Amino acid sequence: MSAPEIPAAASIVTVSNLIKQFGRFVALRGVNAEFAGGKLYVILGDNGAGKTTFLRALAGLAQPTRGEVSILGKNPPEACRDVGYMAHPSLLYDEMSGLENLRYFARLYGIAGDSRCAQVIRLVRLDPELTRPVGQYSQGMRQRMSLARAILHDPGILFLDEPFSNVDVRSAGEMVELLTSMRDAGKTIFVVTHQASLLESVADEFVWMQAGQIVDRTAGRTQGSSRAGTE
Amino acid sequence: MSSLRSITLATLTKDIRLEWRSRDAINSMLFFSLLVVVIFSFSFDPNAEESREIAGGLIWVAFLFAAVVALNQTWARELRNQVLDAYRVSPAPANALFVAKALGNFILVTLLEAVMAPLFMIFYNLRALGPAWQLIPVAILGTWALVVNGTFFAAMSLRTRSREIMLPLLLFPISIPAVQSMVEATRIILAGDGSARFWIVLLLTYDVVFTTACLALFETILQAE
Repeated sequence: MSAPEIPAAASIVTVSNLIKQFGRFVALRGVNAEFAGGKLYVILGDNGAGKTTFLRALAGLAQPTRGEVSILGKNPPEACRDVGYMAHPSLLYDEMSGLENLRYFARLYGIAGDSRCAQVIRLVRLDPELTRPVGQYSQGMRQRMSLARAILHDPGILFLDEPFSNVDVRSAGEMVELLTSMRDAGKTIFVVTHQASLLESVADEFVWMQAGQIVDRTAGRTQGSSRAGTE
Repeated sequence: MSSLRSITLATLTKDIRLEWRSRDAINSMLFFSLLVVVIFSFSFDPNAEESREIAGGLIWVAFLFAAVVALNQTWARELRNQVLDAYRVSPAPANALFVAKALGNFILVTLLEAVMAPLFMIFYNLRALGPAWQLIPVAILGTWALVVNGTFFAAMSLRTRSREIMLPLLLFPISIPAVQSMVEATRIILAGDGSARFWIVLLLTYDVVFTTACLALFETILQAE
Protein backbone atom coordinates (compact mmCIF):
# COMPACT_ATOMS: atom_id res chain seq x y z
CA MET A 1 0.00 0.00 0.00
CA SER A 2 1.54 3.30 -1.03
CA ALA A 3 0.28 6.75 -1.94
CA PRO A 4 -0.28 7.31 -5.64
CA GLU A 5 2.26 9.47 -7.43
CA ILE A 6 0.58 12.83 -7.74
CA PRO A 7 2.24 15.65 -9.63
CA ALA A 8 2.30 18.51 -7.13
CA ALA A 9 0.89 21.25 -9.34
CA ALA A 10 -1.69 19.18 -11.26
CA SER A 11 -5.35 19.60 -10.43
CA ILE A 12 -6.43 16.40 -8.70
CA VAL A 13 -9.81 17.39 -7.31
CA THR A 14 -12.28 19.08 -9.63
CA VAL A 15 -15.73 20.20 -8.63
CA SER A 16 -18.15 21.44 -11.31
CA ASN A 17 -21.44 23.13 -10.53
CA LEU A 18 -21.92 21.02 -7.38
CA ILE A 19 -25.40 21.36 -5.93
CA LYS A 20 -26.54 19.41 -2.89
CA GLN A 21 -30.10 19.64 -1.67
CA PHE A 22 -31.65 18.08 1.45
CA GLY A 23 -35.40 18.32 0.85
CA ARG A 24 -35.97 22.01 0.27
CA PHE A 25 -32.73 23.07 1.95
CA VAL A 26 -29.90 23.76 -0.46
CA ALA A 27 -26.60 23.01 1.29
CA LEU A 28 -24.31 23.56 -1.70
CA ARG A 29 -25.23 26.09 -4.40
CA GLY A 30 -23.26 25.41 -7.55
CA VAL A 31 -19.72 25.05 -6.24
CA ASN A 32 -16.97 25.21 -8.87
CA ALA A 33 -13.37 24.63 -7.85
CA GLU A 34 -10.10 22.96 -8.75
CA PHE A 35 -7.53 21.83 -6.23
CA ALA A 36 -3.92 21.00 -6.98
CA GLY A 37 -2.06 18.04 -5.49
CA GLY A 38 0.43 18.13 -2.62
CA LYS A 39 -1.17 21.04 -0.80
CA LEU A 40 -2.87 21.61 2.51
CA TYR A 41 -6.23 23.34 2.12
CA VAL A 42 -8.10 24.79 5.06
CA ILE A 43 -11.84 25.16 4.52
CA LEU A 44 -13.35 27.89 6.65
CA GLY A 45 -16.78 29.38 7.13
CA ASP A 46 -19.56 29.92 9.61
CA ASN A 47 -21.78 27.10 10.87
CA GLY A 48 -24.16 26.06 8.10
CA ALA A 49 -21.89 27.39 5.36
CA GLY A 50 -21.78 23.92 3.76
CA LYS A 51 -18.22 22.91 4.73
CA THR A 52 -19.08 19.44 6.01
CA THR A 53 -21.47 18.71 3.13
CA PHE A 54 -18.75 19.81 0.70
CA LEU A 55 -16.24 17.48 2.34
CA ARG A 56 -18.76 14.60 2.36
CA ALA A 57 -19.47 15.18 -1.33
CA LEU A 58 -15.73 15.07 -2.07
CA ALA A 59 -15.40 11.84 -0.06
CA GLY A 60 -18.34 10.28 -1.92
CA LEU A 61 -20.60 10.14 1.13
CA ALA A 62 -23.08 12.72 -0.17
CA GLN A 63 -24.41 12.16 -3.66
CA PRO A 64 -24.56 15.44 -5.60
CA THR A 65 -28.08 16.55 -6.49
CA ARG A 66 -26.50 18.09 -9.55
CA GLY A 67 -22.97 18.67 -10.77
CA GLU A 68 -19.85 16.56 -10.63
CA VAL A 69 -16.95 15.72 -8.37
CA SER A 70 -13.80 14.25 -9.85
CA ILE A 71 -10.98 12.83 -7.76
CA LEU A 72 -7.88 11.94 -9.79
CA GLY A 73 -10.17 11.87 -12.84
CA LYS A 74 -12.52 9.33 -11.23
CA ASN A 75 -15.84 9.39 -9.41
CA PRO A 76 -15.38 9.51 -5.61
CA PRO A 77 -16.44 5.86 -5.05
CA GLU A 78 -13.93 4.70 -7.67
CA ALA A 79 -11.20 6.75 -6.01
CA CYS A 80 -11.91 5.39 -2.52
CA ARG A 81 -8.49 3.71 -2.19
CA ASP A 82 -6.82 7.09 -2.75
CA VAL A 83 -8.97 8.90 -0.20
CA GLY A 84 -8.96 8.98 3.60
CA TYR A 85 -11.88 10.49 5.47
CA MET A 86 -12.12 11.65 9.06
CA ALA A 87 -15.49 12.90 10.26
CA HIS A 88 -16.51 14.89 13.30
CA PRO A 89 -17.76 11.70 15.03
CA SER A 90 -14.98 9.17 15.55
CA LEU A 91 -16.17 6.48 13.06
CA LEU A 92 -14.87 3.92 15.56
CA TYR A 93 -16.55 1.19 17.61
CA ASP A 94 -16.61 2.28 21.25
CA GLU A 95 -16.56 -1.30 22.56
CA MET A 96 -13.29 -2.27 20.85
CA SER A 97 -9.73 -1.16 21.51
CA GLY A 98 -7.91 1.10 19.06
CA LEU A 99 -5.92 -1.78 17.60
CA GLU A 100 -9.03 -3.97 17.24
CA ASN A 101 -10.79 -1.13 15.43
CA LEU A 102 -7.91 -0.55 13.04
CA ARG A 103 -7.46 -4.29 12.49
CA TYR A 104 -11.06 -4.47 11.27
CA PHE A 105 -10.79 -1.41 9.02
CA ALA A 106 -7.48 -2.69 7.65
CA ARG A 107 -9.27 -5.83 6.41
CA LEU A 108 -11.70 -3.62 4.46
CA TYR A 109 -8.69 -2.29 2.51
CA GLY A 110 -7.10 -5.71 2.15
CA ILE A 111 -4.30 -4.94 4.61
CA ALA A 112 -3.26 -8.10 6.44
CA GLY A 113 -1.40 -8.31 9.74
CA ASP A 114 -1.09 -5.82 12.57
CA SER A 115 2.15 -4.06 11.67
CA ARG A 116 0.56 -1.24 9.63
CA CYS A 117 -2.12 -0.73 12.31
CA ALA A 118 0.51 -0.46 15.05
CA GLN A 119 2.58 1.86 12.85
CA VAL A 120 -0.23 4.39 12.30
CA ILE A 121 -1.23 4.25 15.97
CA ARG A 122 2.34 5.18 16.88
CA LEU A 123 2.30 7.87 14.19
CA VAL A 124 -0.57 9.64 15.96
CA ARG A 125 1.35 9.28 19.26
CA LEU A 126 -0.86 6.62 20.83
CA ASP A 127 0.10 3.24 22.24
CA PRO A 128 -0.93 0.22 20.13
CA GLU A 129 -0.78 -1.96 23.26
CA LEU A 130 -3.57 0.03 24.90
CA THR A 131 -6.33 -2.52 25.59
CA ARG A 132 -8.89 0.00 26.83
CA PRO A 133 -11.98 0.25 24.59
CA VAL A 134 -12.16 3.42 22.51
CA GLY A 135 -15.32 4.42 24.42
CA GLN A 136 -13.10 5.04 27.45
CA TYR A 137 -10.60 7.21 25.55
CA SER A 138 -10.46 10.96 26.11
CA GLN A 139 -11.89 13.05 23.27
CA GLY A 140 -8.37 13.98 22.15
CA MET A 141 -7.25 10.35 22.03
CA ARG A 142 -10.37 9.44 20.09
CA GLN A 143 -9.67 12.16 17.53
CA ARG A 144 -6.12 10.91 17.08
CA MET A 145 -7.29 7.30 16.72
CA SER A 146 -9.82 8.53 14.18
CA LEU A 147 -6.99 10.16 12.23
CA ALA A 148 -5.07 6.88 12.43
CA ARG A 149 -8.05 5.12 10.86
CA ALA A 150 -8.21 7.69 8.07
CA ILE A 151 -4.52 7.29 7.14
CA LEU A 152 -4.43 3.51 7.65
CA HIS A 153 -4.38 2.67 3.92
CA ASP A 154 -1.87 5.44 3.15
CA PRO A 155 -4.21 7.52 0.95
CA GLY A 156 -2.90 10.30 -1.28
CA ILE A 157 -5.79 12.60 -0.42
CA LEU A 158 -7.17 13.28 3.06
CA PHE A 159 -10.48 14.88 3.97
CA LEU A 160 -10.56 15.87 7.64
CA ASP A 161 -13.62 17.34 9.29
CA GLU A 162 -12.88 19.21 12.52
CA PRO A 163 -9.83 17.12 13.47
CA PHE A 164 -8.88 19.46 16.32
CA SER A 165 -12.22 19.79 18.09
CA ASN A 166 -11.85 19.10 21.83
CA VAL A 167 -8.17 18.32 21.38
CA ASP A 168 -5.75 19.96 23.84
CA VAL A 169 -3.21 22.45 22.48
CA ARG A 170 -0.23 20.10 22.69
CA SER A 171 -2.04 17.23 20.92
CA ALA A 172 -3.40 19.62 18.30
CA GLY A 173 0.14 20.85 17.69
CA GLU A 174 1.32 17.25 17.23
CA MET A 175 -1.51 16.58 14.78
CA VAL A 176 -0.59 19.72 12.79
CA GLU A 177 3.03 18.53 12.72
CA LEU A 178 1.90 15.15 11.36
CA LEU A 179 -0.34 16.74 8.72
CA THR A 180 2.49 19.05 7.65
CA SER A 181 4.89 16.14 7.23
CA MET A 182 2.26 14.26 5.21
CA ARG A 183 1.71 17.28 2.99
CA ASP A 184 5.48 17.63 2.55
CA ALA A 185 5.53 13.97 1.50
CA GLY A 186 3.17 14.83 -1.37
CA LYS A 187 -0.27 14.18 0.09
CA THR A 188 -3.17 16.53 -0.50
CA ILE A 189 -5.04 17.45 2.65
CA PHE A 190 -8.38 19.22 3.11
CA VAL A 191 -9.16 20.34 6.63
CA VAL A 192 -12.49 21.76 7.73
CA THR A 193 -11.93 23.64 10.96
CA HIS A 194 -12.96 26.57 13.08
CA GLN A 195 -9.43 26.74 14.49
CA ALA A 196 -7.67 28.22 11.48
CA SER A 197 -4.97 29.75 13.67
CA LEU A 198 -3.57 26.26 14.28
CA LEU A 199 -2.87 25.85 10.57
CA GLU A 200 -2.07 29.46 9.71
CA SER A 201 1.65 28.90 9.35
CA VAL A 202 1.43 25.63 7.42
CA ALA A 203 -1.66 25.86 5.19
CA ASP A 204 -1.16 26.43 1.47
CA GLU A 205 -4.58 27.85 0.87
CA PHE A 206 -7.64 29.03 2.80
CA VAL A 207 -10.95 28.28 1.13
CA TRP A 208 -13.81 30.42 2.40
CA MET A 209 -17.36 29.13 2.22
CA GLN A 210 -20.57 31.00 2.80
CA ALA A 211 -24.18 29.95 2.19
CA GLY A 212 -23.19 26.84 0.25
CA GLN A 213 -20.66 28.53 -2.03
CA ILE A 214 -16.92 29.12 -2.16
CA VAL A 215 -16.69 32.88 -1.82
CA ASP A 216 -12.94 33.36 -1.57
CA ARG A 217 -9.63 31.52 -1.80
CA THR A 218 -6.58 33.09 -0.19
CA ALA A 219 -3.01 31.86 -0.25
CA GLY A 220 -1.45 30.72 3.01
CA ARG A 221 2.09 30.11 4.35
CA THR A 222 4.68 32.51 2.94
CA GLN A 223 2.08 34.48 0.99
CA GLY A 224 0.21 35.09 4.23
CA SER A 225 -3.50 35.39 4.81
CA SER A 226 -5.04 38.37 6.46
CA ARG A 227 -8.45 36.71 6.85
CA ALA A 228 -7.14 33.56 8.53
CA GLY A 229 -6.06 35.51 11.52
CA THR A 230 -9.59 36.69 12.11
CA GLU A 231 -10.94 33.17 12.77
CA MET B 1 -14.48 -13.38 -4.33
CA SER B 2 -11.76 -13.88 -1.73
CA SER B 3 -12.08 -10.23 -0.67
CA LEU B 4 -15.85 -10.72 -0.28
CA ARG B 5 -15.22 -13.79 1.85
CA SER B 6 -12.49 -12.26 4.00
CA ILE B 7 -14.41 -9.01 4.60
CA THR B 8 -17.58 -10.95 5.40
CA LEU B 9 -15.63 -13.04 7.89
CA ALA B 10 -13.92 -9.97 9.42
CA THR B 11 -17.26 -8.17 9.80
CA LEU B 12 -18.97 -11.25 11.24
CA THR B 13 -16.13 -11.77 13.75
CA LYS B 14 -16.29 -8.09 14.72
CA ASP B 15 -20.07 -8.25 15.23
CA ILE B 16 -19.87 -11.41 17.33
CA ARG B 17 -17.13 -9.80 19.44
CA LEU B 18 -19.25 -6.66 19.95
CA GLU B 19 -22.31 -8.73 20.87
CA TRP B 20 -20.28 -10.90 23.23
CA ARG B 21 -19.03 -7.78 25.02
CA SER B 22 -22.37 -5.99 25.27
CA ARG B 23 -24.83 -8.94 25.15
CA ASP B 24 -27.48 -6.35 24.19
CA ALA B 25 -29.37 -8.42 21.64
CA ILE B 26 -29.10 -11.95 23.05
CA ASN B 27 -30.27 -10.99 26.56
CA SER B 28 -33.31 -9.09 25.28
CA MET B 29 -34.22 -11.90 22.89
CA LEU B 30 -33.92 -14.61 25.54
CA PHE B 31 -35.99 -12.76 28.12
CA PHE B 32 -38.65 -11.87 25.56
CA SER B 33 -39.01 -15.46 24.32
CA LEU B 34 -38.97 -16.84 27.84
CA LEU B 35 -41.80 -14.50 28.81
CA VAL B 36 -43.86 -15.57 25.80
CA VAL B 37 -43.41 -19.27 26.66
CA VAL B 38 -44.25 -18.87 30.32
CA ILE B 39 -47.18 -16.45 29.91
CA PHE B 40 -48.81 -18.45 27.10
CA SER B 41 -48.41 -21.76 28.92
CA PHE B 42 -50.19 -20.33 31.97
CA SER B 43 -52.85 -18.58 29.87
CA PHE B 44 -53.94 -21.50 27.71
CA ASP B 45 -53.11 -24.76 29.49
CA PRO B 46 -53.76 -26.87 26.34
CA ASN B 47 -53.81 -30.67 26.23
CA ALA B 48 -51.18 -32.54 24.17
CA GLU B 49 -53.27 -32.64 21.01
CA GLU B 50 -54.15 -28.93 21.14
CA SER B 51 -50.51 -28.13 21.84
CA ARG B 52 -49.45 -29.83 18.61
CA GLU B 53 -51.93 -27.68 16.71
CA ILE B 54 -50.95 -24.30 18.18
CA ALA B 55 -47.27 -24.76 19.07
CA GLY B 56 -46.04 -24.08 15.53
CA GLY B 57 -47.72 -20.69 15.43
CA LEU B 58 -46.73 -19.81 18.96
CA ILE B 59 -43.07 -20.73 18.67
CA TRP B 60 -42.50 -18.99 15.33
CA VAL B 61 -44.32 -15.82 16.27
CA ALA B 62 -42.24 -15.66 19.47
CA PHE B 63 -39.03 -16.09 17.45
CA LEU B 64 -40.15 -13.52 14.88
CA PHE B 65 -40.81 -10.89 17.56
CA ALA B 66 -37.58 -11.75 19.37
CA ALA B 67 -35.61 -11.56 16.11
CA VAL B 68 -36.75 -7.96 15.62
CA VAL B 69 -34.82 -7.03 18.76
CA ALA B 70 -31.59 -8.46 17.31
CA LEU B 71 -32.24 -6.96 13.89
CA ASN B 72 -32.62 -3.45 15.28
CA GLN B 73 -29.52 -3.85 17.41
CA THR B 74 -27.35 -5.03 14.49
CA TRP B 75 -27.57 -1.73 12.65
CA ALA B 76 -27.92 0.53 15.69
CA ARG B 77 -24.28 -0.08 16.58
CA GLU B 78 -23.23 0.96 13.07
CA LEU B 79 -24.98 4.29 13.59
CA ARG B 80 -23.18 5.15 16.83
CA ASN B 81 -20.22 7.39 15.94
CA GLN B 82 -21.38 7.07 12.30
CA VAL B 83 -19.15 4.00 11.87
CA LEU B 84 -21.14 3.00 8.80
CA ASP B 85 -19.55 5.95 6.95
CA ALA B 86 -16.13 4.36 7.47
CA TYR B 87 -17.43 1.28 5.65
CA ARG B 88 -19.06 3.38 2.92
CA VAL B 89 -15.82 5.21 2.07
CA SER B 90 -13.85 1.96 1.93
CA PRO B 91 -13.52 -0.24 -1.17
CA ALA B 92 -15.22 -3.12 0.68
CA PRO B 93 -18.19 -4.61 -1.23
CA ALA B 94 -21.62 -3.71 0.16
CA ASN B 95 -22.76 -7.32 0.00
CA ALA B 96 -19.98 -8.44 2.34
CA LEU B 97 -21.53 -6.23 5.00
CA PHE B 98 -25.02 -7.52 4.27
CA VAL B 99 -24.04 -11.19 4.30
CA ALA B 100 -22.05 -10.73 7.53
CA LYS B 101 -24.97 -8.99 9.24
CA ALA B 102 -27.46 -11.63 8.03
CA LEU B 103 -25.14 -14.46 9.18
CA GLY B 104 -24.63 -12.75 12.55
CA ASN B 105 -28.37 -12.48 13.04
CA PHE B 106 -28.82 -16.07 11.87
CA ILE B 107 -26.35 -17.27 14.51
CA LEU B 108 -28.08 -15.23 17.24
CA VAL B 109 -31.60 -16.40 16.36
CA THR B 110 -30.44 -20.02 15.94
CA LEU B 111 -28.82 -19.85 19.36
CA LEU B 112 -32.08 -18.53 20.77
CA GLU B 113 -34.02 -21.35 19.10
CA ALA B 114 -31.60 -23.95 20.44
CA VAL B 115 -32.18 -22.68 23.98
CA MET B 116 -35.93 -22.05 23.70
CA ALA B 117 -37.10 -25.06 21.67
CA PRO B 118 -36.51 -27.60 24.50
CA LEU B 119 -38.33 -25.26 26.89
CA PHE B 120 -41.28 -25.09 24.52
CA MET B 121 -41.31 -28.90 24.38
CA ILE B 122 -41.40 -29.11 28.18
CA PHE B 123 -43.95 -26.34 28.83
CA TYR B 124 -46.35 -27.58 26.14
CA ASN B 125 -45.69 -31.28 26.66
CA LEU B 126 -44.81 -31.70 22.98
CA ARG B 127 -43.68 -34.84 21.17
CA ALA B 128 -43.48 -35.00 17.40
CA LEU B 129 -45.71 -37.67 15.87
CA GLY B 130 -44.25 -37.07 12.38
CA PRO B 131 -40.59 -37.21 11.24
CA ALA B 132 -38.96 -34.93 13.86
CA TRP B 133 -35.74 -34.52 11.82
CA GLN B 134 -37.74 -32.42 9.34
CA LEU B 135 -37.96 -29.72 12.00
CA ILE B 136 -34.25 -29.04 11.34
CA PRO B 137 -34.64 -27.89 7.69
CA VAL B 138 -37.79 -25.97 8.71
CA ALA B 139 -35.85 -24.18 11.46
CA ILE B 140 -32.82 -23.45 9.25
CA LEU B 141 -34.81 -22.24 6.22
CA GLY B 142 -37.35 -20.39 8.37
CA THR B 143 -34.71 -18.61 10.43
CA TRP B 144 -32.85 -17.57 7.28
CA ALA B 145 -36.13 -16.24 5.81
CA LEU B 146 -36.65 -14.09 8.89
CA VAL B 147 -33.10 -12.75 9.18
CA VAL B 148 -32.38 -12.11 5.50
CA ASN B 149 -35.44 -9.90 5.08
CA GLY B 150 -35.07 -8.52 8.58
CA THR B 151 -31.46 -7.50 8.00
CA PHE B 152 -32.42 -5.83 4.73
CA PHE B 153 -35.42 -3.93 6.09
CA ALA B 154 -33.56 -2.96 9.26
CA ALA B 155 -30.91 -1.36 7.02
CA MET B 156 -33.65 0.30 5.01
CA SER B 157 -35.29 1.81 8.08
CA LEU B 158 -31.93 2.78 9.58
CA ARG B 159 -32.19 6.48 8.86
CA THR B 160 -35.89 6.84 9.60
CA ARG B 161 -36.87 8.63 12.79
CA SER B 162 -38.85 5.77 14.34
CA ARG B 163 -36.96 2.76 13.04
CA GLU B 164 -38.08 0.45 15.89
CA ILE B 165 -41.66 0.81 14.61
CA MET B 166 -40.74 0.95 10.93
CA LEU B 167 -38.94 -2.41 10.92
CA PRO B 168 -41.94 -4.58 12.00
CA LEU B 169 -44.19 -2.57 9.69
CA LEU B 170 -42.00 -3.45 6.73
CA LEU B 171 -40.89 -6.91 7.80
CA PHE B 172 -44.04 -8.61 9.06
CA PRO B 173 -46.23 -8.28 5.93
CA ILE B 174 -43.48 -9.53 3.64
CA SER B 175 -42.73 -12.43 6.01
CA ILE B 176 -46.30 -13.78 5.92
CA PRO B 177 -45.62 -16.50 3.28
CA ALA B 178 -42.50 -17.62 5.19
CA VAL B 179 -44.22 -17.58 8.58
CA GLN B 180 -47.19 -19.50 7.19
CA SER B 181 -44.84 -22.11 5.72
CA MET B 182 -42.95 -22.46 9.00
CA VAL B 183 -46.13 -22.73 11.06
CA GLU B 184 -47.81 -25.23 8.74
CA ALA B 185 -44.69 -27.36 8.36
CA THR B 186 -44.15 -27.43 12.14
CA ARG B 187 -47.81 -28.27 12.80
CA ILE B 188 -47.77 -31.11 10.25
CA ILE B 189 -44.55 -32.57 11.68
CA LEU B 190 -45.71 -32.32 15.30
CA ALA B 191 -49.17 -33.74 14.58
CA GLY B 192 -47.91 -36.36 12.11
CA ASP B 193 -50.57 -35.04 9.76
CA GLY B 194 -49.22 -35.87 6.28
CA SER B 195 -46.10 -34.52 4.56
CA ALA B 196 -44.48 -31.13 5.19
CA ARG B 197 -42.54 -31.35 1.92
CA PHE B 198 -44.62 -28.70 0.12
CA TRP B 199 -44.06 -26.12 2.87
CA ILE B 200 -40.33 -26.86 3.07
CA VAL B 201 -39.95 -26.40 -0.69
CA LEU B 202 -41.97 -23.18 -0.46
CA LEU B 203 -39.63 -21.95 2.29
CA LEU B 204 -36.60 -22.83 0.19
CA THR B 205 -38.02 -20.94 -2.79
CA TYR B 206 -38.84 -17.95 -0.58
CA ASP B 207 -35.26 -17.94 0.75
CA VAL B 208 -33.70 -18.09 -2.72
CA VAL B 209 -35.93 -15.32 -4.12
CA PHE B 210 -35.54 -12.92 -1.21
CA THR B 211 -31.83 -13.54 -0.67
CA THR B 212 -31.22 -12.76 -4.35
CA ALA B 213 -33.39 -9.64 -4.20
CA CYS B 214 -31.72 -8.38 -1.00
CA LEU B 215 -28.23 -8.92 -2.43
CA ALA B 216 -29.19 -7.11 -5.62
CA LEU B 217 -30.62 -4.10 -3.80
CA PHE B 218 -28.43 -3.74 -0.73
CA GLU B 219 -25.79 -1.48 -2.27
CA THR B 220 -28.48 1.08 -3.12
CA ILE B 221 -29.74 0.95 0.46
CA LEU B 222 -26.22 1.32 1.88
CA GLN B 223 -25.38 4.35 -0.23
CA ALA B 224 -28.75 6.06 0.41
CA GLU B 225 -28.55 9.18 2.56
